Amino acid sequence: MQLTSNRFKQTARAKLADTDLQAALNKLQTNFVKGRADRVAELDNFEAIRDAATAIRDRALAHLDVYLAEFERNATAQGTVVHWAETTVDVNRIVCELAARYGVRKAVKSKSMVSEECALNDALEAAGIEVVETDLGEYILQLAKEPPSHIVAPVVHKTREQVSDLFEARHHRPRTTVIADLTREAREVLRPHFLSAQMGITGANFVVAETGSTLIVTNEGNGRMVTSLPRVHVAITGIEKVVPTLEDVTTLLRLLPRHGTAQTTTNYVSVTTGPRRADDSEGPEHFHVILVDAGRSRLLGGDMEAMLRCIRCGACMNHCPVYQSIGGHAYGWVYPGPMGSVLTPTYAGLENALDLPHASTLCNQCGVVCPVKIPLPDLLRKLREKQFARGLRPWSERAGLAIWGWTARHPRVYALLSAVGARLLNWLGGTDKRIRDLPGGKGWTVGRDIPAPEGKTFRALYAARRAENVRK
Amino acid sequence: MSARERILARIRERQGKPYEIDPVELAAVRTHLAAHPRSPGPRDAWDVNVRFRERATSLASTIDEAAVLSDVPALAAQYLRGREVPPRAVCWRELGELDWRGAGLDVEVRPAHGDDLVGITGVFCGISETGTLMTLSSPHSPSTVSLLPETHIAVLQQARIVRSMEDAWALVRTEVDGLPRAVSFISGPSRTADIEQTVTLGAHGPYRVHIIIVGG
Repeated sequence: MQLTSNRFKQTARAKLADTDLQAALNKLQTNFVKGRADRVAELDNFEAIRDAATAIRDRALAHLDVYLAEFERNATAQGTVVHWAETTVDVNRIVCELAARYGVRKAVKSKSMVSEECALNDALEAAGIEVVETDLGEYILQLAKEPPSHIVAPVVHKTREQVSDLFEARHHRPRTTVIADLTREAREVLRPHFLSAQMGITGANFVVAETGSTLIVTNEGNGRMVTSLPRVHVAITGIEKVVPTLEDVTTLLRLLPRHGTAQTTTNYVSVTTGPRRADDSEGPEHFHVILVDAGRSRLLGGDMEAMLRCIRCGACMNHCPVYQSIGGHAYGWVYPGPMGSVLTPTYAGLENALDLPHASTLCNQCGVVCPVKIPLPDLLRKLREKQFARGLRPWSERAGLAIWGWTARHPRVYALLSAVGARLLNWLGGTDKRIRDLPGGKGWTVGRDIPAPEGKTFRALYAARRAENVRK
Repeated sequence: MSARERILARIRERQGKPYEIDPVELAAVRTHLAAHPRSPGPRDAWDVNVRFRERATSLASTIDEAAVLSDVPALAAQYLRGREVPPRAVCWRELGELDWRGAGLDVEVRPAHGDDLVGITGVFCGISETGTLMTLSSPHSPSTVSLLPETHIAVLQQARIVRSMEDAWALVRTEVDGLPRAVSFISGPSRTADIEQTVTLGAHGPYRVHIIIVGG
């Protein structure tokens, strides 16, 4: 997917003015924020389960090489072919080669964020293969030629009228704005694709080392179709998605749907192990799993490692005041919200996503709700430090911090400057003591007033109090 | 060096491990996999039979009760009549011997096609924690029967209702030799909330899931 993260500010400004988007984002807070809280409250042992989930992810990462090798061994024993891809380009090459080998003309896809990282659809289309997204949201985006704006609810930014327009233009059927009818229309249009495609492409929410299985969670049932009907099934997933055992994956499944869509369980959990067996009347003849690195291994053993625990539930973005205000597109790549603000600079380069580590108030809502306890604000703060260390911040910010650092080490100068500064701000505040237009600080005052400092400074009060105590 | 070796080498290097897999670490991992210990789950005690019915219903499945297996065809026929669904279905082989014709139903034992309207399946076990049906694929239990038709009727023995997904895996481990190709956990009719976050039943899979519990 094309990276546009360095246009964050411009895009965010436009998104703030988009009233349809703002309405959708408000609804997201009711559905996903309150919904998650309700689902978590039902779980009487939530904190213990959350600790266990975190430990499971840490265990998998601590022995990642061994669990991946065990997954490969057990998957291979069931007839699955395991591929390893170092880059997203390698993923596209492998899928295109498989498509050529099996004579694939059409591929149906179940939602896969890793395939979005790879821009796999473009690569397949360039190779002359028709690709059909089958998750309703992803299908709508494919028609609209837009990227997803949320990892779980990809089309949350669109209204039903916009969907109606798209369907009318592309399906050549009578227009409807009834959501149930739009859903049925997509079902009827997509069903023949499921039945005629030669290849099914999915992601994997987890891969299980113990059994060599891949697992996907879906609500629509498209995942089950994509893994059962075509002759070839290709599952693409990050190397960090390995989980040791079926018991471990069960623990994670108690948290993923609760945090993702406020469900106790998704409608379907599909565990796929190997291609069709002898005598099976259905199922793919060939099953390939692609384990993708694409920047992940670089996070191991460093200060960003905790990010690899992520199970892609989306709770961090649902709870983020910045995401809640601007939606996902402004983040400019596959992953929005706090997890995206960590992943985009780490996978795509710090210099290619300068604003993202700053697109956070560090309020820690994301850290509080993360089901696997990723300290997202700490990671964002570390990315800010890295930016500064690499000289990637603007000269004004670097100069400002240098001056502040110097004065902070010289208390008399600090006292003098802060006293002058306080008086100046007090004067700027006028009679009602509100600063409406701060020279050099428009970014702040364009949206709100600054209350002007009133009365004496802390230092003046402290000095006076001390002098009084000495007199007593 | 292959991509596989380069990725594994990078992981080991980042984690300060030797170039080859450490045999001690491998043994520890295999011990963990063989032991597959359980983590804490919900602590609440519940009656699995009550909880299963309550949770399944809350996920928009409907439930009927059959005293014995031979009562199932009449209940299925009644259910389909009530929803004006044509009395034709496909089913798994384990249910093929029931007297469907006697109940006025035309039932074929075969995988489902894209235009079949009703699929009747058995269930490996029911999971009470979430009201979920677990099915295992096999030559005689194709997964399309619970997926392609608009109506899915599932026949579940009450004795096969367990507490949790962990218990379901335990049952698989004792009764089945390795995992089948497809294990499907089904929790109600297929659904989507992709358009305006409005929950709509019947996305790509069934619009209706009707569970007939036998021996309750």
